[in-house]
Amino acid sequence: MLARSPQAALQRLFDEVGTVDQIGIEERVAKYGTRSIKKAAKVWGLKTAVSMVDLTTLEGKDTPGKVASLCQKALQPHDPELGVPRVAAVCVYPAMVKHARKALGQDTAVRIASVATAFPSGQAPLKTRLAEVKAAVADGADEIDMVINRGAFLAGEFGEMQDEIAAVVQVCGDATLKVILEVSELETYDNIRAASFLAMRVIRPGDFIKTSTGKTSLNATLGNNQVMIEAIRDFYLDTGTAIAMKPAGGIRTAKQALTFLVAVKETLGDAWLNNRRYRFGASSLLNDLVRQLEKEKTGAYQAPYYFSEAAESY
Amino acid sequence: MPALIAAKKSSRPASRSGRPATELIFGDLWEFDPAPESADPKLKARYELFIDGKFVAPKGGRYFDSINPANEQKLAEIALAGPADVDAAYAAAKRAYEGVWGKMPGRERAKYLYRIARLLQDRAREFAVAETLDGGKPIKESRDFDVPMAAAHFFYHAGWADKLDYVAPGRRVAPLGVVGQVIPWNFPLLMCAWKLAPALAMGNTVVLKPAETTSISALKLAEIFQDAGLPPGVVNFVTGAGDVGAAVMNHPTPAKIAFTGSTEVGKIIMRGLAGTGKKMTMELGGKAANIVFDDAPLDQAVEGIVNGIFFNQGHVCCAGSRLLVQESVAAKVLAKLKNRICTLRVGDPMDKNTDIGAINSREQLDKIAALVAVGVKEGNEMFQPACKLPTKGFYFRPTIFSGVSMSSRVAREEIFGPVLSVLTFRTVDEAIEKANNTAYGLSAGVWTDKGSRILKMSTELKAGVVWANTYNKFDPSSPFGGFKESGFGREGGRQGLLDYCKLV
Repeated sequence: MLARSPQAALQRLFDEVGTVDQIGIEERVAKYGTRSIKKAAKVWGLKTAVSMVDLTTLEGKDTPGKVASLCQKALQPHDPELGVPRVAAVCVYPAMVKHARKALGQDTAVRIASVATAFPSGQAPLKTRLAEVKAAVADGADEIDMVINRGAFLAGEFGEMQDEIAAVVQVCGDATLKVILEVSELETYDNIRAASFLAMRVIRPGDFIKTSTGKTSLNATLGNNQVMIEAIRDFYLDTGTAIAMKPAGGIRTAKQALTFLVAVKETLGDAWLNNRRYRFGASSLLNDLVRQLEKEKTGAYQAPYYFSEAAESY
Repeated sequence: MPALIAAKKSSRPASRSGRPATELIFGDLWEFDPAPESADPKLKARYELFIDGKFVAPKGGRYFDSINPANEQKLAEIALAGPADVDAAYAAAKRAYEGVWGKMPGRERAKYLYRIARLLQDRAREFAVAETLDGGKPIKESRDFDVPMAAAHFFYHAGWADKLDYVAPGRRVAPLGVVGQVIPWNFPLLMCAWKLAPALAMGNTVVLKPAETTSISALKLAEIFQDAGLPPGVVNFVTGAGDVGAAVMNHPTPAKIAFTGSTEVGKIIMRGLAGTGKKMTMELGGKAANIVFDDAPLDQAVEGIVNGIFFNQGHVCCAGSRLLVQESVAAKVLAKLKNRICTLRVGDPMDKNTDIGAINSREQLDKIAALVAVGVKEGNEMFQPACKLPTKGFYFRPTIFSGVSMSSRVAREEIFGPVLSVLTFRTVDEAIEKANNTAYGLSAGVWTDKGSRILKMSTELKAGVVWANTYNKFDPSSPFGGFKESGFGREGGRQGLLDYCKLV
């Protein structure tokens, strides 16, 4: 009887993929923050971070107008003279995808990502969730950000959780998939590592695993990020399949973003230092990156109102 | 800039046969610019001896150079003490003990120690830079470990100074008198603090000789003693090489001798002191086993292995220089370890991003190179990352020997450099047997998820410190010292204080 319990299922999974020591991993990530990134290295890091941003608006009050101005910001984050690259993508609710497509046009380097599958809770029938994904793809989404069934995971129903992800993969077609683990609801590093492996086994090379929805209390932290990129590294070395990573929520400053990139550089290496393999799900981060780039160029900090200030007013 | 994303991805999955090479690339795509620490170390061109509260010229009038091992440039001249200087230092220490320090109430001594600790904190950056310039250790280590930990030792022992009635319950304690101390070059400032703080807290006075390659931080600490108004003669520094050390150790005045250094020199000192009745503590070499079981969280164990052997270029007596890893996970751990050391940054110790700095001296570099050559000749498999080394200065790549057997010299001798020997085991008993199969017994590490196994290992390992799921963790309240040829006596904690007093 015991062997069939959820606890036994989790235990078997931990035995298989290995566990994480909380104190050890938090000591490790604290060292990333002590790296001192200066001059050309700083500019490279800031620009790379800009190119990795999934510029996000996920609010009940989103309108076509708001989405259009977000798209404009994505294409040109600042005065073209500063040489700031475009961001990787905009990230919107499914109802806003067609407005984003209209704003960006068909032939654009900025991709459209849409959260789907009854984001953020995922608590809708599978049929409904799949229909939502199909609709978003049909409206022009290049990327789908789905949420996993945390309930199934915590109940030890790994097959159910994986089958649902596989079903979403099927309806995604050519669209890239990002699988949101919602780390704050998984709680432990052991769970995050285990869920990362379960997801990676059913998604395609180049698809993403993603920390969180941004709708709960705790989002992307260096510790969560480290657990997931170590899982990606181990999976890659084991199978040859390269999975991409997206921390989302809570990354607001350029300094934070650079520290996350140091973690990528020292864990996954150079092949992940690009926006095909690494993204930041963020909104206010972009302005701080641009502000720091301006500071590197002029030597002085500009007032915040030189940039389209809060994410609210893009 | 990295290319922005391609328009659309082709459908997948890629065929298994067309699988790309699964290597991680730790290249130069994002090379960090130099980030040198810029604080002024406030070095003098010439450092005199510190005797009786004053800086005094050596009676022989001779000086030697202290160089920066990172670029081989001269930093300062250091006074070379002779026997007459050592006599003067002991005479001053004796006067200070009998006249002031020995009879001063503990609560008054505590004030001086607190003052020293605070002054050291005030000048932390300056001391960190001086320590790195003189010794070659990375600035991030001297900044985040050596200097704060040295201050912590003064704070901790200041706290004890007015509570000495409670050190040995039911007994009274009294100071020993004058103490002679000789310290090594791997943690010049921290070893000063480890030796001085308990001795002073207990009411002893001291004559101390720093290592000849790293005298500067001790002599800077003497400036702090002056600023703190420490009574003259309570601490005296005599500088020079082994002959000065021998004069300090063999002098008739001290009631106790404390030495940290190699086992070889420790044996010579003990022979010299046999029959004199002097108290001794010896903190000598080590060849610690860091033991990884198959249920350990492997990535964190790898961090611990790296921290265990590459901290301070491996110039650590308790370094985890023998990795014992359970056979079932040995290949996995070794692969992870190799990837990890490819991201270590070797180079200018003053750069804030440097992980492994300069080897302390040419002599030590030659010793490491010679033992590594032996390791290769013995047929062990060697791995070194392909990092660039500066052209000037003393540097050595982090090195891993795998497939090492217990009879190999690189598994038995203390290398005192960034060189790790990897051995395997199958069972718990075999791990214990191999870990204890050494002349040393200073420290050990155990990595496992199983608590009961940690308790079993820590009882059966013959080592002064056993770290569980961590490595190289220190605290002033935790006693540190060895078994067997790693020495005797403890430093830190209540036990460390007891080695600086007599029970009356």
